[in-house]
Amino acid sequence: MKMIVAYINPFKLDEIRDALKEAGVSGLSVSNIQGFGRQAGHTETYRGAEYEVDFVPKVRVEVLVDDTLAPSVISTIETTARTGSIGDGKIAVLPVEDVIRIRTGERGRDAL
Amino acid sequence: MNSGDTAWMLISSALVLFMTPGLAFFYGGMVRAKNVLGMLMKNYIAMGIVTITWVIVGYSLAFAPDMGGGFLGGLDFVGLKGVESVFAEGEEAGAIHAVPVPDTVIMVFQMMFAIITPALISGAIAERMKFTAWAVFVAIWSIVVYAPMAHWVWNAGGFLAKLGAVDFAGGTVVHINAGAAALAVILVLGPRLGFRREAIRPHSLPLTLLGAGMLWFGWFGFNAGSSFGANGLAANAFITTQIAAATAGTVWALMEHMTRGKATTLGFASGAVAGLVAVTPAAGFVGPMSSMLIGALAGAVCYLALQIKFKLNVDDALDVLAVHLVGGILGSLAIGFLGQNAINSFTKDGLLFGGGMDQLIAQTIAVAVAAVYSFVVTWILAKAIDVTMGLRISETDERRGVDLSMHEEQSYVMSE
Repeated sequence: MKMIVAYINPFKLDEIRDALKEAGVSGLSVSNIQGFGRQAGHTETYRGAEYEVDFVPKVRVEVLVDDTLAPSVISTIETTARTGSIGDGKIAVLPVEDVIRIRTGERGRDAL
Repeated sequence: MNSGDTAWMLISSALVLFMTPGLAFFYGGMVRAKNVLGMLMKNYIAMGIVTITWVIVGYSLAFAPDMGGGFLGGLDFVGLKGVESVFAEGEEAGAIHAVPVPDTVIMVFQMMFAIITPALISGAIAERMKFTAWAVFVAIWSIVVYAPMAHWVWNAGGFLAKLGAVDFAGGTVVHINAGAAALAVILVLGPRLGFRREAIRPHSLPLTLLGAGMLWFGWFGFNAGSSFGANGLAANAFITTQIAAATAGTVWALMEHMTRGKATTLGFASGAVAGLVAVTPAAGFVGPMSSMLIGALAGAVCYLALQIKFKLNVDDALDVLAVHLVGGILGSLAIGFLGQNAINSFTKDGLLFGGGMDQLIAQTIAVAVAAVYSFVVTWILAKAIDVTMGLRISETDERRGVDLSMHEEQSYVMSE
């Protein structure tokens, strides 16, 4: 099993959710985050005072999937999130030791 | 009693009170998320404390018959003794205020001004002042700074009123007073940790714009209510208020667009408030096109005045100096140029209406007296509180935020 963590542009979220559903993903978690990468920060102006703000808003998508589904989920996120501009984000793939469905106590692949 | 006038003054009183929550949210949106409740509370507590001080002694010091020299009202109305809701047999007006509205109504209308004036100062001291110190400051300030100044300008026996200086709804008494006091307090208080080094950003501009809208709405009571009746003068003040606010907000946004390429929401809201401030002293003395000029000047001048705090290197956190001190001075002096005796016989014609220098000189004296008195007395008061109980929260508390360290509450909790 794999945990796929994607850091994406917020405006890509709806598209990615739809594409992942299509690809057979049965659930995912998202959160609003802030960070910086090569895109670096941006300027904000409040009452004439300019501030260099390092962190830009991003969305983190987490998907737990079976090993067999992982390659297609990764490529789906990759192609959907890509605009070609700096700031498109990153995808990390992590091995998962175990998964437990809290309601039933099912474990491993059955819990996905 | 005139029921129309009385109804308008009751409504105006409620409108002016509504400005203080408006101000709280205007300021609350501009501070960081850890200091929102501290900011709101510094405004709301003014509604509590100043109501008490005003009833007990403030109203009397401001509006009781003069003790001599035009400097302070007497103690005749302590505890509202002799301030009546009904007129004496056969009388058409209250015994204190010569209008066909009960004296209690005028008293409560004036109370709302006494509440919001110290609340205005809270924008300068944001994110670092101790709550208890603020509460003591507001109580004493409302008695030793606000009440005397209201007496000088708004009591017929006051020395600035006798000099011929006019202030329709609070350019000197409210805005210059609060602005000069703000400068005095922050000189004693010192800058926030990270001032000029860190990006200290507004945490929720929607709250700020909501507050600005509440202020704008309430300001119709502030200015049009200052005619003390439902009459043509109220109508004049109402439209000049709208015109100045709208023009100043638009001009501020335009200035931003021209100098930085983008107009901001905070800029429009700030400009509108600056316009409201500037037209406050003039609302019942100038005509519509004059109010548009006042609004345009307020939008441009207050925008440029934002740089003052960096030049002086004082941390006026939410720009009380640029908006209230500068806007108040601009509007008070504007009467000397744009005032029209035909609109309100209390003013002489201004310089641009062929009236000579008289009104401008009277206005200049009032501006200087208000600024100097407020600054000096407030500085002494702030210093006294600092020495006795401490004005400022500890460095650790400042880093944790005012909400937790002063109130043991949080504005935004994670889920449920």
